[in-house]
Amino acid sequence: MFELNEGIIQVSYIIATILFILALGGLSNQETARRGNWYGIVGMSIALIATIVGIVTQAYVELLVALLLGGTIGLIAARRVQMTQMPELVAILHSLVGVAAVAVGFANFIGHGGDYEGTMKTIHDIETYVGILIGAVTFSGSVIAFGKLSGKIGGKPLLLPARHWLNLLLLLVVIYYGYAFVHQSAAGGGLMPLVIMTVLSLLFGIHMVMAIGGADMPVVVSMLNSYSGWAASAIGFMLGNDLLIVTGALVGSSGAILSYIMCRAMNRKFLAVIAGGFGTSEGTQASGGGEDQGEVVPISAEETADLLTGAREVMIIPGYGMAVAQAQHVVHEITQALRGKGVNVRFGIHPVAGRMPGHMNVLLAEAKVPYDIVFEMEEINDDFPEVDVSVVIGANDIVNPSALDEPDGPIGGMPVLECWKGKTSIVLKRSMATGYAGVQNPLFFKENTRMLFGDAKETLEGVYKAL
Amino acid sequence: MRIGVPREIYAGEKRVATTPEVAAQLIKLGFEITVESQAGAAADFSDAAYEAAGCNVALSADEVWTQSDIILKVRGPEPDEAGRLRSGQTLVSFLWPAQNPELLEQLTQRGVTAMAMDSVPRISRAQKLDALSSMANIAGYRAVVEAAQHFGRFFTGQITAAGKVAPAKVLVIGAGVAGLAAIGAASGMGAIVRSFDTRPEVKEQVESMGAEFLMLDFEDEDGSGEGGYAKVMSDEFIAAEMALFAEQAKDVDIVITTALIPGRPAPKLWTAEMVESMKDGSVVVDLAAEQGGNCELTEPNEVVVKHGVTLIGYTDMASRLAAQSSQLYATNLRHLLTELTPEKDGHIVVDMEDEVIRGATVCFEGNTTWPPPAPKLSAAPLKPKEEVAPPPIKEEKKRSFAGPAIGMVLAGMALLGLGAVAPPEFMAHFTVFVLACFVGYMVIWNVTPALHTPLMSVTNAISSIIVIGALLQISSDIDLVKWVAVGTVFITAINIFGGFAVTRRMLEMFRK
Repeated sequence: MFELNEGIIQVSYIIATILFILALGGLSNQETARRGNWYGIVGMSIALIATIVGIVTQAYVELLVALLLGGTIGLIAARRVQMTQMPELVAILHSLVGVAAVAVGFANFIGHGGDYEGTMKTIHDIETYVGILIGAVTFSGSVIAFGKLSGKIGGKPLLLPARHWLNLLLLLVVIYYGYAFVHQSAAGGGLMPLVIMTVLSLLFGIHMVMAIGGADMPVVVSMLNSYSGWAASAIGFMLGNDLLIVTGALVGSSGAILSYIMCRAMNRKFLAVIAGGFGTSEGTQASGGGEDQGEVVPISAEETADLLTGAREVMIIPGYGMAVAQAQHVVHEITQALRGKGVNVRFGIHPVAGRMPGHMNVLLAEAKVPYDIVFEMEEINDDFPEVDVSVVIGANDIVNPSALDEPDGPIGGMPVLECWKGKTSIVLKRSMATGYAGVQNPLFFKENTRMLFGDAKETLEGVYKAL
Repeated sequence: MRIGVPREIYAGEKRVATTPEVAAQLIKLGFEITVESQAGAAADFSDAAYEAAGCNVALSADEVWTQSDIILKVRGPEPDEAGRLRSGQTLVSFLWPAQNPELLEQLTQRGVTAMAMDSVPRISRAQKLDALSSMANIAGYRAVVEAAQHFGRFFTGQITAAGKVAPAKVLVIGAGVAGLAAIGAASGMGAIVRSFDTRPEVKEQVESMGAEFLMLDFEDEDGSGEGGYAKVMSDEFIAAEMALFAEQAKDVDIVITTALIPGRPAPKLWTAEMVESMKDGSVVVDLAAEQGGNCELTEPNEVVVKHGVTLIGYTDMASRLAAQSSQLYATNLRHLLTELTPEKDGHIVVDMEDEVIRGATVCFEGNTTWPPPAPKLSAAPLKPKEEVAPPPIKEEKKRSFAGPAIGMVLAGMALLGLGAVAPPEFMAHFTVFVLACFVGYMVIWNVTPALHTPLMSVTNAISSIIVIGALLQISSDIDLVKWVAVGTVFITAINIFGGFAVTRRMLEMFRK
């Protein structure tokens, strides 16, 4: 093996960093996104090659075997995953970053225990401690999020009594052990506090995500995304490696911004989401109000087809129900049929529709719906008065007028798609059950709303046939 | 029970109370139907068509009046028609009980159950039997057609080889059902349409039909009366309104007035001076002519030209579109009869507990039951807007301003504290970290929301850069460290390859 000097490795890292930034920048629109992904791949390859060639001195075989084996599994998983399962995949991939952070942290602690002295030693220990802490929370939180998203764990928030105090207590204990760890590490020990802290962090991650309801999943997934970045960054500090620090910070801030966007889309405070319990106390109260809302008007698939054919402007509003029913393909067929007849069909996407940011866009893209007819809520909300028919597919809270009408309600102030301002809204739903927020939806009782009951895929196939 | 549909004998009335299509549906409800010969002729429904629908065609009016249990008519009965009614019969038609007290008295004395289609309460459940709205809709449309007939120019603006044609300007006063229909018809023909109404809440409806809503600077007066109708306005308001009209009169080509206040003569909104100030060849259609007219110069049932302006005062606009209005009116009647026959067995039950039926019934078993008790408003009047919302918002704004400021000061102090104790090597890394956070912040805001899922999967792949940490350790002499590192490489490899591959797969799908 030929030698790479330190300078060349550094330059490779800088190039990799720039490529990562370009990769994220490329995602600013669909045309440059594919190129952005390639930047990411190239950046990663450069970083890997530079490290393997320049720093690794032995155990090449094990390294390559691990790399190839892991890579193969990753590629297979990426190829097999259904687009509707995207949130689960992303969650489980996050957990892997968490595990990696914990493993690197421990290995570093065992291997490099005594390289530093004085303040540097203290700082280094704190970095290790924090890196493992974030990694462990990311790991257990992501595993629970995966369980919730794939339906292996119930979507209902699990609320332990005095959970806020419990969290606070955990935090204090973790800080105490952090102090103990730094103290003992200076004397050459410290493994014990580190292990205890790891266990506590795992518990904390589980508890945190268990307390969060299904509708808040977009926030959780993007938050875990952010954590995985911070974990990488903390490990970077520990190793004194700028590439890790920068990349981790990029990913961390990306996830944080996504979480912020999601929270804003639900008009909720980030802390309130993390503290959990949405749709429990206030939610039941509101739905328990049980006032007589009036009657709903059902509609058949054939009548729906008639309405759609007679319309000039159609807006389709997909929600999680479309993902569950895997109805995106038949939605596309209906879209094509209507566009063929000269009907202007557009899609209105609420930021928190689905279970992760951008979930609906990916599903529609999978069904080959052209992205230039798919619009964000802010782009399209003012157009509803001109819309003849809005089709709401398996969405509830994101089209709830009480978000605007009742500022003090559980979802008050949340921006929603104002489909009731159009001429007619058709709502596809399995039953009259309330949405995740547990709030009754006055939209269903509006005079210009028609309800199309049944599984979204089956009923839409009926509509498509009738077209 | 047998339904009788006599021919309308009022001069010029072309409508008929049922159509063959509706008759077939009534027969399904269990009724038998007798239609007077030629009853539908003026509305283009032949006797043969009625027969084909299953009706009995009677040659004389006598047959209809004597045989039937229920009489369906459009206009209220003429004196000799009223004389033919007998106790136990039910009459359904327009009756205008407020304007025709003698008729009401006569019907009561004869023991007739009389239902006035004009007295159906204006609640949402009764919309399908609201014949006034059906007729008003037609009148509004027809008003535009009549105006076009007498107007010497195009409605729509055009640029032709022979020069430019300016679009006609139409002013519609009163944006009720008729006004909105007129707005729709006129803007459909390409005219520039403006509309005025004393009820500010109709602004949205007016604009949705394609007209401009003329506003008065009158904050505190709302012209909405009971049941969605207009009410009488204050003198100041009317003065301001008249000033607006006088100004519009000089500009517009066509005026369609539809202003009515229930139970009162039509307000005089278009004065003789306004007509005088209009351009020659302009047209005024006064849909309120029957109630005395909104324009001072209209003559009911006549078309007159005064000061070069054609004034149309027809009171039978709906009858002038007889086939259409018969069809809608017949359907309104059918909805009423459906309400009256809950068992669908051809026997009507006049349920005086039912708000809609109670409202429509003006005579019942020898008693006058008009006016009905005040209807419960289903469309609750607009609640006074609560002024509670703004203050909390303000408060939040204040807090959101103070919050970041305090946060920034604290963060700044924390950074200074850190700088005071941390060694330079750490500070170098820290600088890189903070800068990277900002770069990330700037870059991510540009990401289009549609690509948030690919963003997450690609950042996920990138965050596997943590593999570098494992690679640094893999050459360790300590076996445990080495194998942990190998395991980490394995795990992160899943993530790197999986993350990039799935991102690529998703991005491939996004296409125009």
